[in-house]
Amino acid sequence: MSTHSANQDIKTIVNAGLQRRHAAERRFRIYGLAAVCLGLTFVLLMFSSIISKGYPALWQTYIQLSVTFDPQVLDQTSERDVQAWANADYNALTRASLRRQFPQVESRSDLRLLYRLVSPNAQFQLRDLLLENPQFMGSEQQVWVLASSGVDAFIKGHIDRSLDETMRPLKDQEISWIDKLQATGQLEQRFNLEFFQNGDSRDPEQAGIRGALIGSLYTLLVTFLLSFPIGISAAVYLEEFAPKNRWADIIEVNINNLAAVPSIIFGLLGLAVFINFFGLPRSAPLVGGLVLSLMTLPVIIIAGRAALASVPPSIRQAALGMGASKLQMVTHHVLPLAMPGMLTGSIIGMARALGESAPLLMIGMVAFIVDIPKNIFDPATVLPVQIYLWADLPERAFVERTAAAIMVLLAFMIMMNGLAIILRKRFERRW
Amino acid sequence: MPLYLLVTLALLSLASYYLGKRRAISIVGGQMRQLHSLPSYYGTYAAFWCVLPGLALFVTWVALQPRIIMEIVLFSLPAESRNIPYGELNLLINDIKNLVQGSMVSSTPDPIILAAVEQYHRLEAIGNRVLWIVVLMLTAVGLRYAWNNISPQFRARNRVEQVIGYFLIACSSIAILATIGIVLSVLFESIRFFGKVPISDFLFGLHWSPQTAIRSDQAAASGSFGMIPLFAGTLLISGIAMLVAVPIGLLAAVYLSEYASQKFRAIAKPALEILAGIPTVVYGFFAALSIAPLVRSIGDFLGLHVASESALAAGLVMGIMIIPFISSLSDDVLNAVPQSMRDGSYALGATKSETIKRVLLPAALPGIVGSILLAISRAIGETMIVVMAAGLSANLTANPLQAVTTVTVQIVTLLTGDQEFDSAKTLSAFALGLILFITTLILNIIALHVVRKYREQYE
Repeated sequence: MSTHSANQDIKTIVNAGLQRRHAAERRFRIYGLAAVCLGLTFVLLMFSSIISKGYPALWQTYIQLSVTFDPQVLDQTSERDVQAWANADYNALTRASLRRQFPQVESRSDLRLLYRLVSPNAQFQLRDLLLENPQFMGSEQQVWVLASSGVDAFIKGHIDRSLDETMRPLKDQEISWIDKLQATGQLEQRFNLEFFQNGDSRDPEQAGIRGALIGSLYTLLVTFLLSFPIGISAAVYLEEFAPKNRWADIIEVNINNLAAVPSIIFGLLGLAVFINFFGLPRSAPLVGGLVLSLMTLPVIIIAGRAALASVPPSIRQAALGMGASKLQMVTHHVLPLAMPGMLTGSIIGMARALGESAPLLMIGMVAFIVDIPKNIFDPATVLPVQIYLWADLPERAFVERTAAAIMVLLAFMIMMNGLAIILRKRFERRW
Repeated sequence: MPLYLLVTLALLSLASYYLGKRRAISIVGGQMRQLHSLPSYYGTYAAFWCVLPGLALFVTWVALQPRIIMEIVLFSLPAESRNIPYGELNLLINDIKNLVQGSMVSSTPDPIILAAVEQYHRLEAIGNRVLWIVVLMLTAVGLRYAWNNISPQFRARNRVEQVIGYFLIACSSIAILATIGIVLSVLFESIRFFGKVPISDFLFGLHWSPQTAIRSDQAAASGSFGMIPLFAGTLLISGIAMLVAVPIGLLAAVYLSEYASQKFRAIAKPALEILAGIPTVVYGFFAALSIAPLVRSIGDFLGLHVASESALAAGLVMGIMIIPFISSLSDDVLNAVPQSMRDGSYALGATKSETIKRVLLPAALPGIVGSILLAISRAIGETMIVVMAAGLSANLTANPLQAVTTVTVQIVTLLTGDQEFDSAKTLSAFALGLILFITTLILNIIALHVVRKYREQYE
């Protein structure tokens, strides 16, 4: 009987605490779910913030001007003389056209404001148009030119019309001109091809990422060509041929450490060794590729070793049993089977290298490069560094361009990671 | 042209491969069973002997030729031009280099310099011609040697595999060379720095203001190079980051591995991994343009004075970046705990949360601690977020609402400025890099040690 009542006591004690414990269980589960949802919210927040900031950059405002290619204004003859025509003053044409559009504008300061409606790029557009179509000389044409970034900002709604005139970058007069141009259909928004075709520029409406994209391409090319063969060879040696002694342990610890070293240290290495000691050209994709390949090497070695280790011993022993030498066994049998895993690891390593900017800042890829690089020895910049440079600039219009450049970068990263995942799913074999 | 020589060598390698292979087949009259190795190995042997010595000479020659020619040119300059101070000599060398490459120089060149450039061009042409001749001679000699060696009993495969083995070893040693290179380069420049600024000033100084005099009469000439404020700033921002990342990451890992359904886990885990793949520039942009103003306006709302580049903003975003590190590493560790331990706990009547808190987390604790240490090391070494979102002036404070600067920010600002390379200011960046490297190395070693030593051995 006493056991029965003792059991009853235990039961009551346990039951009394059950509710509290279940409540604690429910709370804990909610905390966990909240943490996951918080993490996912951060992802969504970042993406939506960047896309909402960057999406307007895909549209660019253009103004239609009726331009008379008057030889007298250009101070040229009507005969086609490429050299002379290339050096003529096309600004005078845009100014004349704007004055014709708004004849009531008289004073010097007002005229200065009027000329500011159009981008400084407009004169080069007109020059290129004339050089391509020499028959335009002396005629009047309707030309769509780039509007200045102020006008662009206003059209996209970044400038509040209702604010007091002294508190906004555009004056009332300029706004009235813009309204008039819009009313007559001479102002429109088009898809921003300039963004993908132009190099960097101080004027936000002209700035593009083409130089940075080509620079990134060259840098990644050098990185891949250097780190993939060396990484695979090192992984093969360390996994298959190296004797398993203390020296191999030290190498493994060393490679793991190298994978965790902050990227800026590699930049210091690149600066001290490649630029100062070897004298390689500063800010070239060659040096950037060398530094990034040193960074990607440990990742590829670790992924390669894991891929090689996953191939079952039966394959190796069958090859050896047929009379193959060790190297033949590795190259003909093990390596092809481990290749999908190695490629996956390499692609992920390349995606990381694409997004790196800190080490490249150290080796000088932080300059203002306008020309598109033509080979791996020309000075260049990469997309993340371009984003960093633009993020520092004060003009409002650069914010949306930076966000659009980030969208391009993220698109590339998603593509590369997606490629790695597809590769893994299709080709990886489970033994 | 050196590049054409490379192309020629490549073509020669193909030709010698083909020749060697044909020689091997013909020497046994088509009976390939009598050959020791496959014919392709004889071809590769011939190609190696033909090309590799020439290639090695080519690389060393091309690397050393510019320096040697410059030395000769400088040596043959008239005496007065040579005995000029070091800085001017450097300028002279630069001028000569620029003119040699065909680009312009700032002033009309001295006739002495023009003569030197002329001599450089002549020497370069001679050097290139000699290079061609010597390399081609080496290839001919090598091919002849290999040709003579090809016989049915010759163990071509062993020789070829030996060479490939050396190549593999060389590739593996590049990783070690990289580490040695990092240590040496950073150490070398840091030693130069410690020659100008005493090491105790650097390690224990409380004031960071890296100005050095360019002229002797410049005001505010002396700089203080005390590293403690930088380290304090780094620790502050990393501390805030860990405060954000550890709870969220750990709880998320626990939820995903214990409570979540397969479908939810299949979607949520990759989604969290996305955070790890986003480049840090993007985080920096996000911190500088979205989070910092938000923190500032919340601070204004609460009546607190928040700097526009507060440590809080940078720390928050860095924490967001680190969440996937902790969550995926902890997830792996939690999954490694065997099911038997969980089953035993459930059998005793524990609820799921009690099992996790009392059985799983203690069992997985070494791995979790290791992952936290690795995450701290990542946070300390992070550059772009702090460069874009944290301040530039060194501030020794524990207040997260103020602007602080970190070690990595200072490295970037010191080396992307326009100070000459020898000044104490730029060399201090290398000293900072040394400290950073040592710190992350120690953290990584401790993390590895903790994981290895305290890891539970399950059967």
